[in-house]
Amino acid sequence: MEGIYAFCVGLLTACGIFLALRGRTFPVVVGLTLLSYGVNLFLFASGRLKLNSAAVLGQSEQYSDPLPQALVLTAIVIGFAMTAFVVILAMRARADLGNDHVDGRLPEVPETPFQRRSGSQ
Amino acid sequence: MLNDLIWIPLLPLLGTLVPLFASRFSRSACAFLTAALPALALVLVLQLAPQVFDGETIRQSFLWIPEMGLNLAFRLDGLALLFCLLILGIGLLVILYARYYLSEKDSIGKFYAYLILFMFAMVGIVTSDNMIQLWMFWELTSISSFLLISFWGHKSEARKGARMALTVTGAGGLALLAGVLLIGNIVGSFSLNDVLASGDLIRNHASYPVVLVLVLLGAFTKSAQFPFHFWLPHAMAAPTPVSAYLHSATMVKAGIFLMARMYPVLSGTELWFLIVSMTGLATLLLGAYVALFKHDLKGLLAYSTVSHLGLITLLLGMGTELAAVAALFHIINHATFKASLFMAAGIIDHESGSRDMRQLNGLWKYMPYTATLAMVAAAAMAGVPLLNGFLSKEMFFAETLHQDSLGSLSWMVPVFATIGAVFSVAYSLRFIHDVFFNGEPINLPKTPHEPPRYMRVPVEILVGLCLIVGIAPTFFIGDLLYSASAATLQGVVPEYSLAIWHGFNFPLLMSFIALAGGAIVYINRKELFQFQSQFPENDPKLVFEGIIQLIHRQISRLMELTENGSLQRYSYMMLSLAMVMMAGPLLDLNATEGHRPQIPIDAISITGAILLTVGALATVIWNRDRMVALVALSVVGLIVSLIFAKFSAPDLALTQLAVEVVTVILLMLALFFLPQRTPKESTPLRVVRDLVIAAIIGGVIGTICYALMTRPLESISAFFLENSKIGGGGTNVVNVILVDFRGFDTLGEITVLGIAALGIFKLIARMRLYMPASDDAGRPWSKDSHPLMLSVVSQSLLPLALLVSAYIFLRGHNMPGGGFIAGLVTSVAIIQQYIAHGVAWIKSRMKLDYQLMIGSGITIAALTGLGSWAFGRPFLTSWFDHFHLPLVGEFELASAMLFDLGVYLTVVGATMLILANLGKLTTSERPVLKEQN
Repeated sequence: MEGIYAFCVGLLTACGIFLALRGRTFPVVVGLTLLSYGVNLFLFASGRLKLNSAAVLGQSEQYSDPLPQALVLTAIVIGFAMTAFVVILAMRARADLGNDHVDGRLPEVPETPFQRRSGSQ
Repeated sequence: MLNDLIWIPLLPLLGTLVPLFASRFSRSACAFLTAALPALALVLVLQLAPQVFDGETIRQSFLWIPEMGLNLAFRLDGLALLFCLLILGIGLLVILYARYYLSEKDSIGKFYAYLILFMFAMVGIVTSDNMIQLWMFWELTSISSFLLISFWGHKSEARKGARMALTVTGAGGLALLAGVLLIGNIVGSFSLNDVLASGDLIRNHASYPVVLVLVLLGAFTKSAQFPFHFWLPHAMAAPTPVSAYLHSATMVKAGIFLMARMYPVLSGTELWFLIVSMTGLATLLLGAYVALFKHDLKGLLAYSTVSHLGLITLLLGMGTELAAVAALFHIINHATFKASLFMAAGIIDHESGSRDMRQLNGLWKYMPYTATLAMVAAAAMAGVPLLNGFLSKEMFFAETLHQDSLGSLSWMVPVFATIGAVFSVAYSLRFIHDVFFNGEPINLPKTPHEPPRYMRVPVEILVGLCLIVGIAPTFFIGDLLYSASAATLQGVVPEYSLAIWHGFNFPLLMSFIALAGGAIVYINRKELFQFQSQFPENDPKLVFEGIIQLIHRQISRLMELTENGSLQRYSYMMLSLAMVMMAGPLLDLNATEGHRPQIPIDAISITGAILLTVGALATVIWNRDRMVALVALSVVGLIVSLIFAKFSAPDLALTQLAVEVVTVILLMLALFFLPQRTPKESTPLRVVRDLVIAAIIGGVIGTICYALMTRPLESISAFFLENSKIGGGGTNVVNVILVDFRGFDTLGEITVLGIAALGIFKLIARMRLYMPASDDAGRPWSKDSHPLMLSVVSQSLLPLALLVSAYIFLRGHNMPGGGFIAGLVTSVAIIQQYIAHGVAWIKSRMKLDYQLMIGSGITIAALTGLGSWAFGRPFLTSWFDHFHLPLVGEFELASAMLFDLGVYLTVVGATMLILANLGKLTTSERPVLKEQN
């Protein structure tokens, strides 16, 4: 089971990072959301996986580690606030700059990543 | 109270402010008031002098961070006393001199303020009893000297000279800091007392060579030793009072002071001898030789200063006790004659309008009195008998004869010393003969005349000292020199004699050779000048500027390459770095899999994993079709919450589920304003590159995750599990951690949440967005925005949802739930009403001020924490008890519940502030900018 779990964490991270490297704001936001799923699952896994042992006293014989759970819980909520902030920032940037590229300007020429000049400034 | 040592630096520090206020009065009054506090400090030093002469070391310290060895500590021993007298005494003379030197146009208040700031820094260096503090004052002298050199900032040479001095001495200061930190590391203390007592420890330490080189770099740059000497002549662009004060008497001596201070700790090794004495010898010869060819009066004096600093360094480098005494003696003598010479040069410049010795000739006729003073001082510089320079030079010659560290080549040292002295005599002769005799002045801008009466007073005093010390040395400075030597050597002071006559001996012979040789060299100067003119003129200023500009160009190029303003590229670079940093340590991990028993795989998990994989891949593959990507994303989020549920984290599952709902609604709203499709613009190369980096990082993270999970866990959570019920009064340990054990963290987190929401609110408030009338494909939005079915159902759902959220909130302490989750459930319920009925409908029915909600939530949480102070407990101590009410039965009340209420309110307020305001933008309720009206 741990293997599948680790695979899922790795996959979410990889997908998140690929999208976070895109040029437009919306895919980046989606990528960050995927990445935060991966990060939350990763943090949660640091308490190790346990079945049927919620950290509620008296409900089971052994308990899962409650500390990573508490940390991840707040991380989920804060993560939402940050996602919201980035989304609104992206909208504001589009309103003020007229495009939705993360650089704030559209790439001028079709670019190849290894031979680029610094942008127009 | 004024007996406190701290007043010695403190008075000049206060004095820095005086000229700023006093400059509104007349120049004389300003000078007088400025001098008052330094004079008081001088009195203080003199008053303490008898104690120091008795062999006492006066120390005083104020603890600051004693654990780190950072204290404010002062000491006054013989060495500090000697320097204090020089700094304060000559400083006062310079104040008087500058009063006449500066013109009406110069801001005298500013000048004095810089000058006294420098004085404060110097006094701080010499009286510091803590190495870090010493270094701090050291840097302050660099900065204040920068301000003083660039005082005439309209001149390009002043700006360049100041920059060069700051660069060189500042770089040396950094080296010194590294050296000081190393010393502190070796000794275990920054206290000078401890360091001075640990000489053997440091000398035998493996990093002694590094310490020595670093400290000497600091000293050599400050004291203009070869090859760092080039900044000093360029610092002559400063007003002459500054040159007299900083660049002859005090600041350049700070490096010498440092060597003398660290003498008991660092000296006595072969390495010390080689570096210090050879550097000193090279500087001595170079300075003396170049000085002869300078046509500028101040240039001649500057190189002569370099040469004399080299002489003192050479003496300190010899490592014998008598040589150290001679070095200290020469410090005093050089300060007196060189300061007076600079002042005389300043007078000549001031009254004749030129410093060029090709123009200045025959000034004896115009200013005989000044000429006499300058000639006596120059004679002292040349080492003529009956003047102070003669005495210390004799001691110097004697010491060069007595050292044998160069083995069979030791005879070279006295020979080189004599050659240096020959040139010293030659340039002194040139200073006297070329300026005051040698024909008539040529094309001077002004007719020279004697300076104002009081401008001469400082020169008179200093020249008087040269004479007095030269004739009756023991009587005037015997005690001072003895106590300074005792402090420098930190041990027994050797027998030495300050008499003017030691009989016919070798040093005397060397003096006469120097005098005669100097005269011969000067007489034949024409040939020498001609020989020298064959060398290409090599201006160190241009070289220095060239290097600086080269560095600047290279840095700019590097910046262009890496920092081109593209965030996309920055994230790529940061992720690549993260990849390297993460993958590196994994190479050392022998086995991926640990020994912890694993959970067997079941069909449901496989199904979940497949769904998650498909969802995540679909999000990526169809990422350009944003709506599809969003739907796929929500599938992933749902599976994630199921994963939490599966692995015994019900609180997380609930939170994730609720957050998933609000996130998707948020992104849908955003999609209304953003383009619904992403244009295809990434090159195939970029796609491959990003895929590779994403795959590697994903693989690395997955590996770490797997390695982590398959290894046993040592957690601190046993404490939480044990104390949750008895200490926190709840059985849901996750919730008790949030509101009790780690309540302070949670308080911080809801504050961040509130701040983020308010930030979003402000971003939205002034947003000018084009409202699309149709979707991407040109289809107009549905007219029926609030379908009847949805309205009716959701309306009846609201009370139910609120009931559920209340239930989740109340049971949160003992069962899965709590403020965070209840807050999110409430938000979802309210958002549903917005979706079903529209903003206008809600507005007339629900009067909720979300900003107020956030504010009161954080306030309630904070007040709950503060409440425990009322009971004498630390911040956020929780309280709980069990009560019994008829009908309801037994129930529990806990202060943590109140705290959780704060969390609940903040979460509801923040979520709604974000979503409701964003939603409003899509309707006629959108905020209208004033400019549009």
